[in-house]
Amino acid sequence: MKIHEYQAKEILRKYGVATPRGIPCFSVDEAVRAARELGGKAWVVKAQIHAGGRGKGGGVKVVKSEGEVREWAGKILGMMLKTHQTGPEGQKVRRLLIEEGADIKKELYVGMVVDRGTQRVALMASSEGGMDIEEVAAKSPGKIHTVFVDPGTGLKDAEADGLAKKIGVPEASIPQARAVFKGLYRAFDETDCSLAEINPLILTGEGKVVALDAKINFDDNAGFRHPEWQQLRDLDEEDPAEVEASKYDLNYIQLDGNIGCLVNGAGLAMATMDITKLYGGSPANFLDVGGGATTEKVTEAFKIMLRIPHLKAILVNIFGGIMKCDVIAAGVVAAAKQVSLRVPLVVRLEGTNVDLGKKILSESGLPIISASNMADAGKKVVAAAGGGKKAKVKKAKPKAKPKPKTKKKANKVMKRTSRKSGPKKKARRR
Amino acid sequence: MSILIDKNTRVMTQGITGKTGMFHTKMGKEYANGRNCYVAGVNPKKPGESYEGIPIFATVREAKQQTGANVSVIYVPPPFAAQAIDEAVEADLDLVICITEGIPVRDMIRTKYKMQGKRTRLIGPNCPGLITPDEIKIGIMPGHIHKKGRIGVVSRSGTLTYEAVGQLMELGLGQSSCVGIGGDPVNGIKHIEVLKLFNDDPGTDAVIMVGEIGGSDEENAARWVKVNMKKPVVGFIAGVTAPPGKRMGHAGAIISGGKGTAQEKLAVMEECGIRTTKNPGEMGKLLKSVLKQAG
Repeated sequence: MKIHEYQAKEILRKYGVATPRGIPCFSVDEAVRAARELGGKAWVVKAQIHAGGRGKGGGVKVVKSEGEVREWAGKILGMMLKTHQTGPEGQKVRRLLIEEGADIKKELYVGMVVDRGTQRVALMASSEGGMDIEEVAAKSPGKIHTVFVDPGTGLKDAEADGLAKKIGVPEASIPQARAVFKGLYRAFDETDCSLAEINPLILTGEGKVVALDAKINFDDNAGFRHPEWQQLRDLDEEDPAEVEASKYDLNYIQLDGNIGCLVNGAGLAMATMDITKLYGGSPANFLDVGGGATTEKVTEAFKIMLRIPHLKAILVNIFGGIMKCDVIAAGVVAAAKQVSLRVPLVVRLEGTNVDLGKKILSESGLPIISASNMADAGKKVVAAAGGGKKAKVKKAKPKAKPKPKTKKKANKVMKRTSRKSGPKKKARRR
Repeated sequence: MSILIDKNTRVMTQGITGKTGMFHTKMGKEYANGRNCYVAGVNPKKPGESYEGIPIFATVREAKQQTGANVSVIYVPPPFAAQAIDEAVEADLDLVICITEGIPVRDMIRTKYKMQGKRTRLIGPNCPGLITPDEIKIGIMPGHIHKKGRIGVVSRSGTLTYEAVGQLMELGLGQSSCVGIGGDPVNGIKHIEVLKLFNDDPGTDAVIMVGEIGGSDEENAARWVKVNMKKPVVGFIAGVTAPPGKRMGHAGAIISGGKGTAQEKLAVMEECGIRTTKNPGEMGKLLKSVLKQAG
């Protein structure tokens, strides 16, 4: 789960990390009042969205007068802020953070993640603050220094001081840097973070060490012991389809293709996306209905997928273990009848009670395209969605070849969607 | 032959009185030699009671002492599951299999820390468990889709393991053991340890290794295979189409900072002599083709 910068800073302050004084705002008037309350001669108007790269996208502005606060708060609030993390349409700015201006002498970086190799929390620091740490890692990996924190002792003073020296914190400011690093670790540990980052961490003209920006992600698995997270969640920042799916305990991620996928198991769900792509299609979503899917859950999943305007087909791929095929078949039939299915439906069932499941499907009278295995399912759903390019794999012979004319058109569509689906997540429709 | 478990394994269930624990203990007991294998349950609140004729003890240590159980399977809910692993490790069991999904990473970091220097092996959490077909099944996989044979399967995903097994069965290939190591970022044994065990197992001729996006366990395993593995290994990595920065169901299945992509893993595996397929529908076929080449 992600939270906003101002929320992350509130948490860090509780752990002794110094930040500029700031006030979150939801309107231009609030922003002006906040600037007055903060006082001083310079302020920073900062867009609050969950994506990074806000400064480059024009979502952060240093201003020198109340008039400018009003002007820029007005410009930034409501804008579609585009960054490398938002997708092409950008993300609408609904909240601002008004902060006092800072005297930046040097920009540093510090961040924490769980390191899978050592199975410990890694504290990373660099003298190259203010830029993407991935960029630093690629260009000058020697400038990133890492400490793997011993879970028994926590971050030690000597480790913190050593790290501070390596990234160029002057002697006089080292106790402050130590407090920041140790506070960051305690915040990470005690509030169940999966990522905590201060970029930049600045040295001021007076030698103070201050968190100018902050980013925190929480470990979703720990939600049961953090009721306060409900207050921090901002549904406007999440994909509406994903919010809807989470209500029914469905593991759903919106993508930008046109083939809906309903699968049991996360690994098989990913593999199902992969196989549609392999046969020239493009997945519209990731969906793991889990081991305990009920008719209700399957119905809701269908509804969510059918809201995708450009949806061309749905593939149900179930390998029934504990989940019995007859149960999922009954769910699919009930759901299909309830939601008026407007696209072709390909179903592949395997595993426990598979014959019973297939019988239920064939007797339902629904125009379900049955697939005998995973590869067959991939080919059939891509054909049903209007075709695709030939698979690159050996021996792959798509059974239903669309007519050349349709194929050409379909290819065009696929091309467009697949370009969009590139490395970035789809922009949110809102 | 097999790895990790066989018909002589004696199992206790931690969390035997919960709905999931009850169901899967019953299924395990009914599978092959399960009647003799499932010998104890643990619930601190219900010692002296029994389930399906299996006696329940207050602690893991007591269950071990009274029944000789050397392996534990955990169905305890997420808030208490890491503690359940700790208890099994402290009781010095051989093997702990944690099925529970949704354990906070922080808890697992602490548990792994406590496991340092201990001899207990951990499989999972967030895994389907493991099976040695026609001998013993510990976990939530459907027993009937498996058959005894000479192919090893190791995977981070449950249903994708079943998929691999299903494809092997279509080609008439049985399995020596199938191990689901789980989808969490901080977990017990990894692909590499399971491959080492398959390498040393005279009952295994070849291995299907199934991975997914996130981390670098598959790459580490591949580098070990290149130097040490005497048997053919084929692989598939799920998530070629997964967008970066999004957690794909499994807590560990996430591409972060441009690292842990399927393409990267597949490239390293191929470099290290592991034949891979990008088609999850052809894992079985690929395995069969390398068996033929190996003669």
